[in-house]
Amino acid sequence: MRLDRRTLLAAPLGFTVLAGGAFYMILQRMQKGTFDPRGVPTMLSNKPLPDFNLPGIDGDGFGSADLARTPGPVVLNFFASWCAPCVEEHRLLINIANQGVPIWGIAYKDAGPQAGAFLKQRGNPYLRTARDDAGRVAIDFGITGVPESFVVDRHGIVRWHIGGPLTAQIVVDQLMPTMRAWV
Amino acid sequence: MSPELGHFALALAVALAFAQAIIPIYGAWRRDARLMRAAPALAIGQLLALATSYGCLIWSSVTDDFSVLNVAENSHSLKPLIYKISGTWGNHEGSILLWCLILALCGGTVALFGRNLPASLRARVIGVLGASSCGFMLFALLESNPFLRLFPAPMEGRDMNPLLQDPGLAFHPPMLYVGYVGFCVPFAFAVAALLEGRVDAAWGRWVRPWTLAAWCALTCGIALGSWWSYYVLGWGGFWFWDPVENASLLPWLTGTALLHSALVVEKREALKTWTVLLAIGTFSLSLSGTFLVRSGILNSVHSFATDPARGVFILGLLAVVIGGSLLLFALRAPALSNTGMFAPVSREGALVLNNILLCSIAAVVMTGTVYPLFADLLFSQKISVGPPFFQATVFPLAVPVFAAMSIGPLLSWKRATLGPVLMKIWWAAIVALVVGSVAAYGMHALPALAMGAAAWMILGAFADIIERIKLFRLPARASFARLVGLPLASFGAAFAHAGLGVTVAGIAGMSMATDSIDLVKPGEIVHMAGYDWQLVELHDAPGPNYEARVATIKVSRDGQLVTTLSPERRNFPVQGVTTTEAKIHTNGVRDLYAVLGDEREGAAVLRLHDNVMAPWIWFGGLIMAIGGMLSLADRRLRVGAPVRARAPARNQATI
Repeated sequence: MRLDRRTLLAAPLGFTVLAGGAFYMILQRMQKGTFDPRGVPTMLSNKPLPDFNLPGIDGDGFGSADLARTPGPVVLNFFASWCAPCVEEHRLLINIANQGVPIWGIAYKDAGPQAGAFLKQRGNPYLRTARDDAGRVAIDFGITGVPESFVVDRHGIVRWHIGGPLTAQIVVDQLMPTMRAWV
Repeated sequence: MSPELGHFALALAVALAFAQAIIPIYGAWRRDARLMRAAPALAIGQLLALATSYGCLIWSSVTDDFSVLNVAENSHSLKPLIYKISGTWGNHEGSILLWCLILALCGGTVALFGRNLPASLRARVIGVLGASSCGFMLFALLESNPFLRLFPAPMEGRDMNPLLQDPGLAFHPPMLYVGYVGFCVPFAFAVAALLEGRVDAAWGRWVRPWTLAAWCALTCGIALGSWWSYYVLGWGGFWFWDPVENASLLPWLTGTALLHSALVVEKREALKTWTVLLAIGTFSLSLSGTFLVRSGILNSVHSFATDPARGVFILGLLAVVIGGSLLLFALRAPALSNTGMFAPVSREGALVLNNILLCSIAAVVMTGTVYPLFADLLFSQKISVGPPFFQATVFPLAVPVFAAMSIGPLLSWKRATLGPVLMKIWWAAIVALVVGSVAAYGMHALPALAMGAAAWMILGAFADIIERIKLFRLPARASFARLVGLPLASFGAAFAHAGLGVTVAGIAGMSMATDSIDLVKPGEIVHMAGYDWQLVELHDAPGPNYEARVATIKVSRDGQLVTTLSPERRNFPVQGVTTTEAKIHTNGVRDLYAVLGDEREGAAVLRLHDNVMAPWIWFGGLIMAIGGMLSLADRRLRVGAPVRARAPARNQATI
């Protein structure tokens, strides 16, 4: 009985130590970039893309049917010429596109010639581009802001998602393994 | 010059706090009266040094010294004076310093008003406060120094987040921090009691006023924050179960439990171990709430700029304070003995039930807040826990609290029977039933239930007073004489309980709120909630550091003008941010609420809300805080009376 009371009274300490240890692990992994508590889960995880069909920026656009007929997984990136983090992300996108990663882009609420000029001036990492001037498709995707990126497998099913700009670390640790897993 | 002075004063405060942590506790251990006497002087010295430091920060901000990094990043020469002052706590570094200042203030107050405490207990309490102060000021000094200089100094500052430029938010953080930090005193008393190895009725009597004061401030702070998000964020909601909001709710729940269990310690010398644990737990939750939010772990709309490296320092600090005190608890608590015995149905029993339920609610809220994180860590599973979870889990636990709240105060100590008590309060039950049934016509089942519960709580709160003054059973004059003679604390409890009822009624009423979003041209009328909302015109108006676009909306009912609302959209050019300034007309039982949205082709988007009962939510918070203050006023009178407070103190000191 005596021992039981002691154990009971030590329980809060044990609980706190466990919680503290978990928080420490989270912080360590956050510093290494392998853990992102802000990675908001998307409603679309492991679900087919919402139906859409968008006009192009210069030339043809694309729709959900095109994304369901690709030979392998594709990165779908929402961007805008007016968004500073997108400009920062742009160089990285060009780098990974040069490594042969297929990226499709949708310009979000970027009416007028700016989106086209943006791609001409800074280079175009996208295989195909489309424009969502009204932001309707972005609502179906549950976009909270630009940039946001999705990995869509060859059947048009969303396999991975990140809100906010991609970083080299995220590409190496998360994006590329997902791409390889869904070839 | 003044930033360096502030920096130096901060370092001095750290040094004094270090001495404050070591000398009195060592003195109490060695029973050295001279060392123990150093405690108050050190605590007051630390307070003076830190107040000087904070004064320097305010001075830098008010005089637009943009060579100070913190001021350059958060201020602007055109910003109104009040926001230059409030801006010092509107950012991470400054708010930590304010936090430390309030902690020092608590230490200073214990030093000044704690003269009737036994010398060793007082020395230990002040020592524990000094140790906590020392840790957090060290964090301010090393990891988030607000006095860092910027060279070359910019000509103009970057301005504060426009959402924070609001009178409600100017007072919200200090209020909330007084609440959070105020729980450090019960915490220090708990740790000191563990060091002393003794908890008695006198201990309960000293802890309760501090808990009450902190609880009042936290109640006001939470209500202010919720009110701010209601009218500034312009979403018409008042509580979002956001991690930051939950972080403030958790210590409120356990603090409320502590308030009640300290009562049992004071009156009946029971529940001692539990009360000590609650005191430690409440301050631990306050600490985790304030600091985990800043480490970037919790995902929230409210958070400051975050940095995982700072997080590790904070976590280390929390480990020392929380882990250390719980280790002490595990080692020393088994020695604490309970003397008071009581039957399950009794005032004590009711307070135990209150504690169990409040702590269960706290546990549920905590689970909902941190579970997504742990699920992500352990199972790599991203889940989000939203309002539906909290509503589904908190409500079933809250209903028994509401039901028991009116009955508990009528039970007698030690042993009671339910029958006679229910006889005293049947009328409240009937009124509650009627209110609930009437509400059921206009509302869904749950809000109607909550409405009935609210009526039950408000009436039940005053049942005790009505019983004591023997209303209708004695002549009116005799009843009034009894009313005047009642101790303030009885009114305090009644007000606090009724206040919760008022808040619950407000929340239930909000389920009937309606809103509409319309594209309106000047001159057009929107019909909503029985009112005619006419957009009269739109015009531009310059502000001190923003450009405003103002809409004039005439609201009328049956042709009678009710009010004119002028919601604004403000553009802050320095930060490139646009905010909406909602305008609210309230008549006490409903808010007419208008927000001006985007404009296109001469028409403006108007978002209109009719929020039934909304003002009651915050009004109830205010009533609760007033109840707490009434009790506090009563306590002070009694603690101040030398015969009752000092005599037991002397006795225990000599045992």
